[in-house]
Amino acid sequence: MKSHQSTIDVVRTHCPYCALQCGMTVTAGTPVVIEPRTDIPANAGGALCQKGWTSGELLSHPDRLTTPLLYGKPATWDEALDHIASRLAELRREHGPDSVGVFGGGGLTNEKAYTLGKFARVALGTSQIDYNGRFCMSSAAAASIRAFGMDRGMPFPITDLASADVVMLAGANVAETMPPFVRHLPRLIVIDPRRTATAKLAWLHLQPAPGTDLALALGLLHLAIAEGLVDDDYVARRTNGFDAVKTSAAAWWPERVERITGVPVARMRQAAFALAKADRAIILTGRGAEQHAKGTDTVTSFINLALALGLPGREGSGYGCLTGQGNGQGGREHGQKADQLPGYRKIDDPAARAHVAGVWGVDPGTLPGPGRSAYELLAALGTADGPRSLLLFGSNPVVSAPASLAVAERLRSLDFLVVADFVRSETAELADVVLPTTQWAEESGTMTNLEGRVLLRRQAVEPPNGVRSDLFVLAELAARLGDHKFATEPREVFDELRRASAGGSADYSGITYERIADETGVFWPCPSEDHPGTPRPFLDRFAHPDGRARFVAVEHRPPAEEADDDYPVYLTTGRVLAHYQSGAQTRRIAPLVEAAPETFVEIHPALAEHLEISSGDQVRVTSRRGSTETVARVSDTIRPDTVFMPFHWEGANRLTNPALDPTSRMPEFKVCAVRLERVA
Amino acid sequence: MRIVVVGNGMAGSRFVTELTDRTKDFRVTVMGEEAWQPYNRVLLSNVLAGGYGPDQVRLLDPSWYGEHGVQALLGTQVHHIDRETRAVIAASGERVPYDILVLATGSEAVVPPIPGVERAISFRTLDDCQQILARSTGASRAVVVGGGLLGIEAARGLAGRGLPVTLLHLAGHLMERQLDAEAGLVLGETLAALGVEVRTGVNVAEVLDDGVRLADGEFVPGDLAVLACGVRPLTRLAQDAGLEVRRGVVVDDEMRTDDPSIFAIGECAEHAGTVYGLVAPAWEQAEVAATVIAGGKALYRGSRLVTRLKARSVELAAMGETHLTEEHAEVVRFSHRAKGTYRKLVIKEGRLVGAIVLGESDAVGTLTHLFDRGGPLPGDRAGLLFPGLSGAAAADSPVRMPDSAKVCQCNNVTKGQIRACWEAGARDVAGVAAATRATTGCGSCKAAVEGIVGWLCEQEGVSA
Ligand SMILES: Cc1cc2nc3c(=O)[nH]c(=O)nc-3n(C[C@H](O)[C@H](O)[C@H](O)COP(=O)(O)OP(=O)(O)OC[C@H]3O[C@@H](n4cnc5c(N)ncnc54)[C@H](O)[C@@H]3O)c2cc1C
Ligand code: SF4
Repeated sequence: MKSHQSTIDVVRTHCPYCALQCGMTVTAGTPVVIEPRTDIPANAGGALCQKGWTSGELLSHPDRLTTPLLYGKPATWDEALDHIASRLAELRREHGPDSVGVFGGGGLTNEKAYTLGKFARVALGTSQIDYNGRFCMSSAAAASIRAFGMDRGMPFPITDLASADVVMLAGANVAETMPPFVRHLPRLIVIDPRRTATAKLAWLHLQPAPGTDLALALGLLHLAIAEGLVDDDYVARRTNGFDAVKTSAAAWWPERVERITGVPVARMRQAAFALAKADRAIILTGRGAEQHAKGTDTVTSFINLALALGLPGREGSGYGCLTGQGNGQGGREHGQKADQLPGYRKIDDPAARAHVAGVWGVDPGTLPGPGRSAYELLAALGTADGPRSLLLFGSNPVVSAPASLAVAERLRSLDFLVVADFVRSETAELADVVLPTTQWAEESGTMTNLEGRVLLRRQAVEPPNGVRSDLFVLAELAARLGDHKFATEPREVFDELRRASAGGSADYSGITYERIADETGVFWPCPSEDHPGTPRPFLDRFAHPDGRARFVAVEHRPPAEEADDDYPVYLTTGRVLAHYQSGAQTRRIAPLVEAAPETFVEIHPALAEHLEISSGDQVRVTSRRGSTETVARVSDTIRPDTVFMPFHWEGANRLTNPALDPTSRMPEFKVCAVRLERVA
Repeated sequence: MRIVVVGNGMAGSRFVTELTDRTKDFRVTVMGEEAWQPYNRVLLSNVLAGGYGPDQVRLLDPSWYGEHGVQALLGTQVHHIDRETRAVIAASGERVPYDILVLATGSEAVVPPIPGVERAISFRTLDDCQQILARSTGASRAVVVGGGLLGIEAARGLAGRGLPVTLLHLAGHLMERQLDAEAGLVLGETLAALGVEVRTGVNVAEVLDDGVRLADGEFVPGDLAVLACGVRPLTRLAQDAGLEVRRGVVVDDEMRTDDPSIFAIGECAEHAGTVYGLVAPAWEQAEVAATVIAGGKALYRGSRLVTRLKARSVELAAMGETHLTEEHAEVVRFSHRAKGTYRKLVIKEGRLVGAIVLGESDAVGTLTHLFDRGGPLPGDRAGLLFPGLSGAAAADSPVRMPDSAKVCQCNNVTKGQIRACWEAGARDVAGVAAATRATTGCGSCKAAVEGIVGWLCEQEGVSA
């Protein structure tokens, strides 16, 4: 850990929260002073949202954990670590290495995500590792790999947005989730079942029924083909597979799509023409389109549309996914995912195993194979053939996992649960051992933002006495479990990560802390120190061996759970401006609580009238998986057949449906069937 | 098990893909009279109107059958069903044995028995469509006989190609089954503006080379005559085989005929007394039959009908019981003929049971969903006809805005806070931003903050 930090240093770093990773300076002191940086393109012009402005308050928050808790009682670090190591060793001895599971997070730095994956494979020898990014952008990742051979959320710099003529946002409420992003946007088309703050800024808002974005994209593609808007030359030169997609689109004429989606044909036509007639156009998807049991296919259908219009790989145009979590991009590249090794390598690829095992100094044969995906892992905990213990870093699944009551039940059934966190999250409440860890401004590390730009977070303040970094925890456990020597200095870990990623799809080998500082970020892939980095990787070729992008024919299907007489209303979930993810951090910050004090359910006036519910009423919302009470907020920004709940508070995810996407294993967070009643 | 499908149109081809999605265990043969790969009949109007080529309406690629192990006998008419030996016999004499037979023969165009009718072209198949197009290039004027959905789409399509068109319709107004008289009238006026002359209440008695003659003797010129006089289910095969046939081949909720090994789907089938003439029911029926035949459970319970005209610059949707009057239902109506707008809601027991939306409107999507799925209607019916009417909050002026109104969402700053900040000395946006952080997020409240500061300065008599 950094030792002599002068208290008047103004440290250039980044926000702890979302994937925009706004640049900010932090000046230590009481209170710490936060100012926006002006040299980072994501928040150029000195923008920050309220989450960023207030992010310093959590550093000295009274809820902060400063001592390990062993079965609820304060313990020393050695006691806690010794106990964990002996319990894990015992479980492994009795039940094999897969009896220990590991769950990570998309907010962890690259260094931590990398070390977590290495720790699971080398120190524990378990295949049972995955992370909450599975709940975030896994559908878009799977679709991008299928289409382009590579997944870099936005394969172009954020500044390309402003120079585009039109941007289509499918299922992303950036005006609330990452407000400074809005400053980059030109003429905007928004696809969202709610008239969100973002939709209100749009030139055109398409408001489909939840779970029908795929049909909508097929309808837009149909129109593009029918109206002669396809870029035939581009399709011939740069893609494969258009014929099959063209045939499948013939069955999605706009009037049929209108009936399924509720989006008027005239509006679809407007959108298709605006995209096609623009010199530069960009299509972006967010969780609204992706968090479905058909999320991968939904994203694919938007990519098909983008390809038909000749957008990807053309300067100033393209397709991108808006990653949500702070390190949602980097977190998915370096091996905390069940099927993955560092550098975005596949764990079942012998060459990848040999390379990474070489860097780790182990025999490739000792590396486990692919394990369970996030929800499947959580659902297997404590079951006959599932893990009996879990180590959890940077995640709060009691709030954030689908069908969360069942997930909490699984967590309770474990023999042993260890949670590393800086506050006592809802999940930490269930843990046998809680380890208090450092947070963003108290440690250094790299983050890869939504553009694929690797950024440097620098330590700005001294951590409180008693807390340790995740890297320290992992190294200490690795040493206790088998005499492994893991690095704890972020820079040392990063240098190892660079070697492990070399030659992979997400190649970081040419990126150094110095370069990041000098160049305000470096875009991967960056295979050598004299390589400039790759802001737009697809300009000349896509990442498939033949250099071409692939069209993939996909079909729309209804949500996994359709509304019926018992559960007649659709529920969709999302975020509000003042809070981040499971809210463990933001729900403790007074100005954010003042801005958004409590959970709520947004109900259309027509539905509210029918159910005799008024704003402010206490309402019970029930699905097949659970029930929760919340406060009604009547608003005509939602469709009459749908209600909305934010997922930052425990409750909303009791209701959501864990039906999984067959490819990405993404749960269907964005649509399930519920019923509502007023509580007396 | 051998499955034989007769008819490779919308229902037949859908059935085959649905079945192969569910199981690979069957040997499937599909026999279709049309020589084309299955195509999307619904889009023939668009082909006629231009834009779509024949390959743009194809539903399956030629390689599909090989890849899925399905035998396709295209250009093969089935002549006879031999229920004794369980085989169908093609016109060529070829016998194809079946364990399960699916009839999906659809309909044929009704051709009125009038002199010279062979000079006219029906509008049902891709071949018909190509014939019409071939003839239209040399024609100087077209006559379309029949003012239902199909006739209107054909007339609009031909007019869009620059051909003057007269549309002749027997009933008193267009699409009389879906529309009330006023809607029919407004529709006719919309079409007239697009180059389609509409004549209703007229009876065509004879087709000539250069026009048609009406029953009252009047001559209507047009060297291309297109027939759109309705359709009749093709049931002869079933009838000859002794299956129960009324208007269509009678089926139960599993789409099974009275012979348990024979199913019927699509426009040739009659379910619960109804023969459907739209594709949505045909596809639902295809899914039910595929599920049942694959060994699953599914029941067809009838379909709600939404008729959506596909004609450029004519937006029309009609659904359900549009003819109910105030005696039997609650009716909400808005008419603005000068703009080609007509909207009508028919409500019964708090449910939307019928609607007409003529003229471009964002209401159509919501109304279709309310009609399809039920769901509560707002007490204020006008909002249904005019979406956005209630929703669009007037842009509040700085003066009228209450102090509690949130101006900057990103940083949770109210007008009151901005006022306080102004009172403390801030005189421009930068000053307000420094003190409250308003405008530092998405930046879209900048104009509002400027407005408030400007107004406060004005009040004070100081220029901002
Ligand atoms: C121009 C046009 C526009 C339309 N627009 C719409 C619309 O917008 N919306 C809508 O919902 N519906 C529309 N329809 C109606 C829709 O196309 C039909 O409801 C649908 O095609 C019915 O499907 P089907 O399979 O039952 O019949 P078809 O599609 O007619 O298929 C029947 C097939 O069986 C074949 N066949 C018949 N007898 C035999 C035999 N003995 N042996 C072998 N093959 C045989 C026929 O050649 C034909 O290919 C439109 C129709 C037309 C013509
Ligand atoms: S939460 Fe996101 S948008 Fe807000 S300041 Fe932090 S990085 Fe920027």
